[in-house]
Amino acid sequence: MHQNSRNRILFTALLLSLAVCFLLNISLGSVHIPIEDIASSLSGGQASKNSWEIIIWNYRLPKALTAILVGMGLSISGLLMQTLFRNPLAGPDVLGLSSGASMGVAFVILGAGLLPPFLSSFFLSPYGIVLASCIGSLIVLAAVLVVSQKLRNTMAILIVGLMFGSFTNAIIGVLSYFSTAEELQKFTFWSLGSLGNQPWSNILVLSICCCIGLLLSALCIKPLNALLLGERYAKSLGINFKKTRLAIILATSLLAGSITAFAGPIAFIGLAVPHIAKMIFQTSSHYILFWGTLLLGATILLICDTVSQMPGNDFTLPINAITSIIGAPIVVWLLVRKRKFMI
Amino acid sequence: MMETGQTILSATALSIGYSSKKGKNGIASDIHLDLKSGTLTALIGANGIGKSTLLRTLTGIQKTLSGNVVLNGKSIESYSPIQLAQQLSIVLTESLPPSNLTVFELVALGRQPYTNWIGKLTTEDLEKIQEAMSLTQITHLAQKKHYEISDGQLQKVLVARALAQNTPLIILDEPTTHLDLLHKVSLLKLLKKLASETKKCILFSTHDLDLALQLSDEMIVMNSKQTVQDTPPNLIHNGILNSLFEDENIFFDADKAKFILKNL
Repeated sequence: MHQNSRNRILFTALLLSLAVCFLLNISLGSVHIPIEDIASSLSGGQASKNSWEIIIWNYRLPKALTAILVGMGLSISGLLMQTLFRNPLAGPDVLGLSSGASMGVAFVILGAGLLPPFLSSFFLSPYGIVLASCIGSLIVLAAVLVVSQKLRNTMAILIVGLMFGSFTNAIIGVLSYFSTAEELQKFTFWSLGSLGNQPWSNILVLSICCCIGLLLSALCIKPLNALLLGERYAKSLGINFKKTRLAIILATSLLAGSITAFAGPIAFIGLAVPHIAKMIFQTSSHYILFWGTLLLGATILLICDTVSQMPGNDFTLPINAITSIIGAPIVVWLLVRKRKFMI
Repeated sequence: MMETGQTILSATALSIGYSSKKGKNGIASDIHLDLKSGTLTALIGANGIGKSTLLRTLTGIQKTLSGNVVLNGKSIESYSPIQLAQQLSIVLTESLPPSNLTVFELVALGRQPYTNWIGKLTTEDLEKIQEAMSLTQITHLAQKKHYEISDGQLQKVLVARALAQNTPLIILDEPTTHLDLLHKVSLLKLLKKLASETKKCILFSTHDLDLALQLSDEMIVMNSKQTVQDTPPNLIHNGILNSLFEDENIFFDADKAKFILKNL
């Protein structure tokens, strides 16, 4: 069919651009490294300089991989939430998931002094932060979901999400008022968001969380398609709605929670990428959207990260600023261009 | 292929309504129904009389207060969701959420109870989809987005989706609302054709009494006192229709087979 060949071309193009962006992301930075050296270093050979080898393997590759994982995870969780809530404006940051995760992390970093020593040392480890962050986002998502059962109006759900966001921010405010300068500094750096400076052990934890989350999401592809007709039709098609909803909630909390734990709250990716995928592929079928969103999310975050490290300069902009600068106009443009937003 | 006249759905001594912690809130009771294959049955009744509740109960969404609903020889509550989806398909009045689904994709969703975990369509699935689309004469719309077609066409697409689900029983909730007379007639004629040609048991609720009287094989009339199932001529003969609206200004003229207004 015509549609199939078009999709094949699009997927090939996306895969290619992902590969190009990946190499570009690694080659650009404050130190210039020729692309041949990167290729040879990544394929198991040696770069011409030893210092380049270290830069590539200890700084740039981990950062590029983190960008790919974060981009994929946030975009997919946005896609799942937009279909589950039947709301085109849903996303991990809009519905307060990121704020929930921040609250979890804030409790751990800012409140560590209040815990007994053996607990605080666990919670300040990468695992502890991931756990706290996932629990935080899970609590917020569960609360939003409970409220959304009462409110059929989708706009109301968004407002509730925003309210939960401000609520958690207020709690973070209270916590920071009572914490030491050192703790506060640590939390502030975390909340600016950063893809870099991740040791390989963190990347391992993040990849495991993302893999589980993405696998769980992949299992939901069929029920998600049924949900395009609404809850009642989906049920009449034999979909176990409660189970599907639980799987979606767990997957999104795990994805958004673990990503926020390591990279800080990153805005707009979860909201904008699924829409870009829907626009490019002109479909609502999750078989195609799932893979499209996955590839597009990774590519776009790699681009954002490349821009944020300001090639040729010594300083790096916060990734959160870049995603917002790029993401916000895209969402506005989408709204203006297509008066009817599609799920 | 099934025979005509085989009982698909039956209800005995059925009471419907809502039960909550505060107690039971009955809406209608002592309902006896017998829906057979190859027949088109219309469910009529005034607003608020409990048509939707009855349909929700018959589709297993809502629990019965008492009595039994038996679908193909088995109590409806004993079906697993996936088994039920292979016995019963529905067409709802509520509008679809915004999406980019094409007509083909929408009809193909009807195959979900039969596909594997990822939803891959087999040759058999594709055949059933094509069959459903040609029976409802929407094949030419296949690649259109579902929001690009008219309301009348969309209803046919939704019927095709239910057909693709390949169930002995199809239940439609007010399928003729939002349609003009021409499309109402064409949709009901389509349902009648499907019932007699594919031997399906089709139940629909409607407020288009005149059309339902002319086109359906049987009718279920709900009023505040009773729920009666019979053929349209018998219902007219027994004067049941006169009791449909408890308003002395509306009465049923048995000779013209029409509702007439008095005291205008």
